[in-house]
Amino acid sequence: MNGMTSTAARTAAGRPAPASYADLPRLMSLMTGDAKHDQAATSTLDVLWVLYDRVLRVTPQTAADDTRDRFLLSKGHGPMAYYAVLAAQGFLDPAELPGFGSSGSVLGLHPDHLLVPGAEISSGSLGHGLPLAVGLALGLRAQQLTRPDGTSPRVFVLLGDGELDEGSNYEAIAFAGRAGLDGLHAVVVDNASASHGWPGGIEARFAVEGWSVLRTGGRDHAALHAALTAPHPGRPHLVVAAVEPRDR
Amino acid sequence: METMRERFSAVTSRLLAEQPRLAVVLADITADSFGPACRRYPDRVINVGIREQLLISVTGGLALAGLRPVAHTFASFLIERPFEQIKLDLNHQGAGAVLVSAGASYDYADSGRTHQAPGDVALLGTLPGWTVHIPGHPDEAERQLRAAATGHDLVYVRLSSAANTVPLEAAPGRLAVLRAGRQGTVLVAGPLADAVLDATQGLDVTVLYAATIRPLDTATLRAMLAAPAVVLVEPYLAGTSAPAVSGALRDIPHRILGLGVGRRELRCYGTPADHQAAHGLDARSLRASISAFLGG
Repeated sequence: MNGMTSTAARTAAGRPAPASYADLPRLMSLMTGDAKHDQAATSTLDVLWVLYDRVLRVTPQTAADDTRDRFLLSKGHGPMAYYAVLAAQGFLDPAELPGFGSSGSVLGLHPDHLLVPGAEISSGSLGHGLPLAVGLALGLRAQQLTRPDGTSPRVFVLLGDGELDEGSNYEAIAFAGRAGLDGLHAVVVDNASASHGWPGGIEARFAVEGWSVLRTGGRDHAALHAALTAPHPGRPHLVVAAVEPRDR
Repeated sequence: METMRERFSAVTSRLLAEQPRLAVVLADITADSFGPACRRYPDRVINVGIREQLLISVTGGLALAGLRPVAHTFASFLIERPFEQIKLDLNHQGAGAVLVSAGASYDYADSGRTHQAPGDVALLGTLPGWTVHIPGHPDEAERQLRAAATGHDLVYVRLSSAANTVPLEAAPGRLAVLRAGRQGTVLVAGPLADAVLDATQGLDVTVLYAATIRPLDTATLRAMLAAPAVVLVEPYLAGTSAPAVSGALRDIPHRILGLGVGRRELRCYGTPADHQAAHGLDARSLRASISAFLGG
């Protein structure tokens, strides 16, 4: 906390101004008490940072606008990286971080969007985020919402490769492909944690249903940015972000 | 008579024109009846195919986008199959929705257990915030659907192919007093009211009618309570609303008999009337049960 308040400028509202990528380990340490974090705890960190820092059109000031981009964390396990990014981007007060998981804290081991500023959904049970994202993208499309620059709000949802075990995802993948839901973007962080694996690749399961698919390194910010912003007219878009395989 | 399900598709199709935030989500069931509405409002009438988990999750997502979603299929596939989606993608997300089922407990008696959902109301009873309508007539269903279409809350409308000959609801959400007597109260929900009126002819009992079972109109129940003995007659799992009745009478020593669909699987086919009788819900069986309990 001291580092945050002493080094970062404050906004007029008294909130710390957005911090940088380099601040994330320290913000995570406020929750975990550990100085260093293993790869599992940070598997989503780079994707989350690139999304919030360079892709998503949403800020603490526009967090209630109908035309904001939506980010849905489907893989609700291990949300420290998510909370750290929300804090770094000014959605969440860093003073909340040390209470992580305690009674009275807004920050649980799985996020509750009625409690966490900036969180669009509550998650934890696997296989709910992508189907919810399909409904959200359909709802935004039905209202034909557009921003002043003519662009439409987009939906991004982050899953884990293990989470794809849940069959509910396949109902969503098939339907979104057939519906040509181009407002929908799925990011699967692949740390090879699915017990039975995905022969032929995760992306094959989306491609056969008509999705636009790309695989990229999950730690390479430039590559992630390029993949997440690649054009995909008329199709939903999948980015598989490969990170180090989980220890078994 | 027009069925509740026919009224549902006709009324909801008209409401889509009146209310730009209304959306309908289907899983093939009743999709034909919504065909014209789907062609006119393709972004707001969404058939996800035979995908009931997605049916509920899309409903939750539409609500998060600011729409008022109405989701529909048979009760077994609307409530029981995707129950965790109801718990998490509606309740836990703080999303409002209208769920409209068909099939009820044994409308499809000849289809067997797979198409029967006597436990739907009890299951929803484990979650907070649900209004549960058990319409007994298409007119009651229409009023409930119209009211739900403009709300933001969680509403379940349980349609059935069974119906009473006339609408009996006196005021929205309130118990209607069909008969007043001194020996006890029979509280009947939805389409079993005609059978209860037959069964209680000549008995000195109060008959109350609920087209909305949750929240229960406890004020009318208490105001009409001549004797502290209540027989609940529900066209779904027996005793589903007994805790609500008992809670309403917690300061009064009382007796409750819960009549309804039994837990035992019948493992037989036939007609809804066959199943109604097998569960002891025909007029003759009801009269015997009510008389034995109330000492009439």
